Amino acid sequence: MALIELKSVVGGYGGAPILNGVDIAIEQSDIGVIVGPNGAGKSTTLKAIFGLLTVTGGSISFDGEEITNAQPDRLVPRGLSFVPQEKNVFTSMSVEENLEMGGFIRRDNLRPTMDWIYDMFPVLREKRKQAAGELSGGQRQMVAMGRALMSKPRLLMLDEPSAGLSPRYVIEILEQIVKINQAGVGILMVEQNARQALAFASRGFVLASGKNRFTGTGPELIADPEVAKSFLGG
Amino acid sequence: MNELIFFFNNVIVAGIVLGSIYAVGAVGVTLVFGILRFAHFAHGDMMTMGGFIAFLLMLGFQAMGISVPFLPTGFVVLPIAMVLTAIVALGLDKGFYAPLRARGAKPVTLLIASIGVTLMVQGLIRLVFGSGTWSFFETEQKQLIRIPVPLEGVTRTINFTQPQLLMVISTAIAVIALNLFLTRSRLGKAMRAMADNAALAQVSGINVKLVVRVTWIIAGGLAAMAGVMLALDVNLKPDLAFNIVLPIFAAAIVGGLGKPFGAIAGGFLIGFAETAAIFNWTVLLKPLAGVLPFDVPATLAIVPTEYKLTVAFVILVVVLLWRPTGIFKGASS
Repeated sequence: MALIELKSVVGGYGGAPILNGVDIAIEQSDIGVIVGPNGAGKSTTLKAIFGLLTVTGGSISFDGEEITNAQPDRLVPRGLSFVPQEKNVFTSMSVEENLEMGGFIRRDNLRPTMDWIYDMFPVLREKRKQAAGELSGGQRQMVAMGRALMSKPRLLMLDEPSAGLSPRYVIEILEQIVKINQAGVGILMVEQNARQALAFASRGFVLASGKNRFTGTGPELIADPEVAKSFLGG
Repeated sequence: MNELIFFFNNVIVAGIVLGSIYAVGAVGVTLVFGILRFAHFAHGDMMTMGGFIAFLLMLGFQAMGISVPFLPTGFVVLPIAMVLTAIVALGLDKGFYAPLRARGAKPVTLLIASIGVTLMVQGLIRLVFGSGTWSFFETEQKQLIRIPVPLEGVTRTINFTQPQLLMVISTAIAVIALNLFLTRSRLGKAMRAMADNAALAQVSGINVKLVVRVTWIIAGGLAAMAGVMLALDVNLKPDLAFNIVLPIFAAAIVGGLGKPFGAIAGGFLIGFAETAAIFNWTVLLKPLAGVLPFDVPATLAIVPTEYKLTVAFVILVVVLLWRPTGIFKGASS
């Protein structure tokens, strides 16, 4: 059984639907990458899973349980976590406080998870007392990912984690995503750097106009001449 | 030197007292704004209501013969009045603001609703207590504390009342407690997180409804405290705090909306500015009359007492020109 499964999901923000039947299924061991042109519904798909917009058709299930239109305060305790693309840190709070907020739903000791995150991003340990708003873009992205991991999710969803980052940080962030996956966290992410992200994706989804156009493993999609021509810039 | 002591009593002591009241009031306004994103106009009336609740409790305590040595009964009942006002604040939210939020009302709708709550609360108080004034010190004495200044030729003493001293101590305790709550506790940090980025707080699984409840409890408790302090310093009347709700809002905005410590700084800034503006500076300038190149007039106040309220707005305009979102860079919308 898939960890997360979307079946013909239709939804939007009240007007015409943006998603017109999206199908996605990934396991906890997978790194799933959603690519596609602007306006294809990539980010909208993640928001639909996380209850941030209304799903009007189809269904979403997590670990076999129906979660269609469930709100984040119900989803986070179940093991879903989401890193939005923008405004994804509490800028006025310290790095450590950002991590604590990610663990808000937990009652046990947060320290081991925090240490795991600090080991993953050593620069955050150095800057743990600093306000997140004072950090560079790449470091903020680390805080945002750290915050999302503090709830010990089984599925981590990331909306364009490498957007606007310098090449050095893009590589570091993508490498850490692979490591997080190896630690047993399923990944579902939207990426603008499609070729780079698909290279390590075990599941790839090419969306266009709110529908699946191609589905396969990352390398399969890269090798597909039609995908390459239409969506990966040749 | 006597002139300086006079200045100290009328500007510094009075400024600290007024600043404490403004600060405690403004913190409540700023917390509600930070979490719920609307200007809660009825905050002044929660203060007045806190004052009347404390007044009733005091009458009850006196009827039962309960008294604490050295403490005015108005202060003894303060914690109970704070709890009761917090409950009223939760009720006001549940009854009036929560249903509007559930329908996705805009901040301006909530603001108008809070003006309605203002009128309603004031009406209720008038219905029960009439429109006259009441004093916490009908039967008890307001003790005056005089501190002599051990300097030659100084005959004036530094004067303040015992309730004023207790007020300043209570404000300090409240500020320290609030600071510890917001920086050390899980819920306090969640409040800051929600004021910082409500969407991300929701995404993090923070229980938004719980944070809203805690906000009303703190706002209600602090409103009662500010109201009781104001009533102890002057008198209790139905429009007690309605008259100072504008400087309180000015204090919250000057400090940066949504920033509790900004509100405290703003409260003291406006408190001191008001007392300094109505002070008769002739008192200080007269001894220098020979040295000054101009004649010292008989009275030289920056504004007459009746115009005290305008001082808050002058400060507001000046600060916002310099820093458009307040001293501590608060929310802009």
